Amino acid sequence: MIQHIVLYPILVQLFFAIVLLFFWNSVKAQKSISIFGNIVALIVSVWLFITIWQEGTLTIQTGNWEAPFGITFVADTFAATLVLLTAISGFAVSIFSVGTILRARLKFGFLPILHFLLLGLNGAFLTGDIFNLYVWFEIIIISSFVLITIGGEKKQLEGAIKYFTLNILASMIFLTAIAVLYGLAGTLNMADLAIKVAEIENRGLVEITAILFFIGFGIKAGLFPLYFWLPASYHTPPPAVMAIFGGLLTKVGVYALIRVFTVIFVGEDFLELIILSVAGLTLVSGGIGALVHNNIVKVFSYLIICHIGYMILGLGLYTEAAIAGAIFYLIHDIVVKTNLFMMSGLIYRIKGTFSMRDLGGLYNNNPLLSLIMIIPLMSLVGIPPLSGFWPKLALITESFNANNYWLIGAVLFATFITLFVIARLWTEVFWKEGPKLKRIANFRYFSLLSKHQKRQMIVPIVFLAFISLYIGFGAEHIQRLSIRIAQELLDNQAYINAVLKP
Amino acid sequence: MEFLLAVVTGLLYAAGLYMMLRRSLVKLIIGLILIGNGANILIFLLGRITKGLPPIIPEESKVFIEAYADPVPQALILTAIVISFGLQSFAIVLIKRAFKVVRTDDLDQMNSIDPYS
Repeated sequence: MIQHIVLYPILVQLFFAIVLLFFWNSVKAQKSISIFGNIVALIVSVWLFITIWQEGTLTIQTGNWEAPFGITFVADTFAATLVLLTAISGFAVSIFSVGTILRARLKFGFLPILHFLLLGLNGAFLTGDIFNLYVWFEIIIISSFVLITIGGEKKQLEGAIKYFTLNILASMIFLTAIAVLYGLAGTLNMADLAIKVAEIENRGLVEITAILFFIGFGIKAGLFPLYFWLPASYHTPPPAVMAIFGGLLTKVGVYALIRVFTVIFVGEDFLELIILSVAGLTLVSGGIGALVHNNIVKVFSYLIICHIGYMILGLGLYTEAAIAGAIFYLIHDIVVKTNLFMMSGLIYRIKGTFSMRDLGGLYNNNPLLSLIMIIPLMSLVGIPPLSGFWPKLALITESFNANNYWLIGAVLFATFITLFVIARLWTEVFWKEGPKLKRIANFRYFSLLSKHQKRQMIVPIVFLAFISLYIGFGAEHIQRLSIRIAQELLDNQAYINAVLKP
Repeated sequence: MEFLLAVVTGLLYAAGLYMMLRRSLVKLIIGLILIGNGANILIFLLGRITKGLPPIIPEESKVFIEAYADPVPQALILTAIVISFGLQSFAIVLIKRAFKVVRTDDLDQMNSIDPYS
């Protein structure tokens, strides 16, 4: 029964989350179990990915209820790739949080909740049922609420209220959309929905439902007019939490958008126009936001928004090369964004501030660390041959083919702004002779940490930096993977057959 | 019945949105609860309301001849109610904590972190 492997990434995270709950009082044991659990999850995800790569899409019907009636779990190449990336980021972040999160926070169940979050992410990527997707989204957001508030500082609570309100609103809009869709099609299975929605006569209603989905997922992904909660809340929790949020949470929204708009709502001209204009505006407005801020974490938060635009752009153009570009960007972005936020945590540990004005002289004092940190920064900008370059090339070429010069302008503008922002960050934080900072009493500076703790901060950053390098230099492999995913996504008949006729 | 439920759903959404646009934290939570209830009734309404029929299809039937009560919307509502219950209790604890720390109920005053710092 090879198809059981589809459920393993979910079950592994669930198992370790529960085991961790049993070790509530022993933080030390929790640390080891969490890292071990994420190693197991990484192995299982690699196994799933290799199996899917060789065997093609696998599905499993839970409880043996036949496809449109029960809940189906589907692992196609897209889902398997994202599960693998979740495992990679989750592994890095669990090491980083073991090293950086305060003991008081770990005592209140930080690590079990982190595993519940990863469980929700894996579930959301693997499910083939739209209501089940809603349930996984709720698991993700309730875990993220706990992660963002744990510690209870003033700034955290203020950020949490904004994060909380907009995410619940997004879930309600998503639920409303599901209700309308169920009323229209009478089914919840995504493959079945693809057939039934295509047959509906009243296209106006279908378009409105599609827009409801777009708004619901758009809030979660941080698209143009809906992103204001993101920079208002992402900089409040500890860096380890920012890393998992910045790397993965907005990307679940992107995943859901790509899934819903390639399987269920296909080929509506009206939607294409909306998606493309939103993508262009996201690129421009996110870039402008990144320009004005001085806090490095806020700069990175705006860059998340800016770069979500690239992926939505690929979805809007809806050609094989464009979607492959979007997928490539998604793969690159998850790794790099996770790393950026961990890096900002490391910078904070070294200097005790996030403010660019006060930072400085990092290159002089820590040349080796700076050299490691330049890899994700330059990958983000997309200096060839690093990883950000290849997908942008595909997206610009495809925009040319679509004769859409506004979009090329937006892409180039966003790329240029990213370059400018990162160059400024490099000069301000690394090259500039920084002002003398007052030493904060009782602050655990990086130089005061034990060798073991230093390793726990640096190892995940180096690990993700190497993966970024691989994505850049091994671009041929990633491109082959992205093209295969794009072909699978564009041919939704294959997805339907895999689910309904196993 | 359908007409009545449609009006109630609309009212709940409208009232929920209105409450969410107020500045008070408590009203924000009430707004979220109202929208959640509105969504639940919407699922109930769109799952076709059938009175006095069992949710059973005869075993030998190939096509639907008689109307039958669809059990799926009720399962969906039940799940959605449980989830929103959990979220709402979290929300209420969160605003209580936030009020204790920030000492204000006004969302406009909760922006000590937002200025360009």
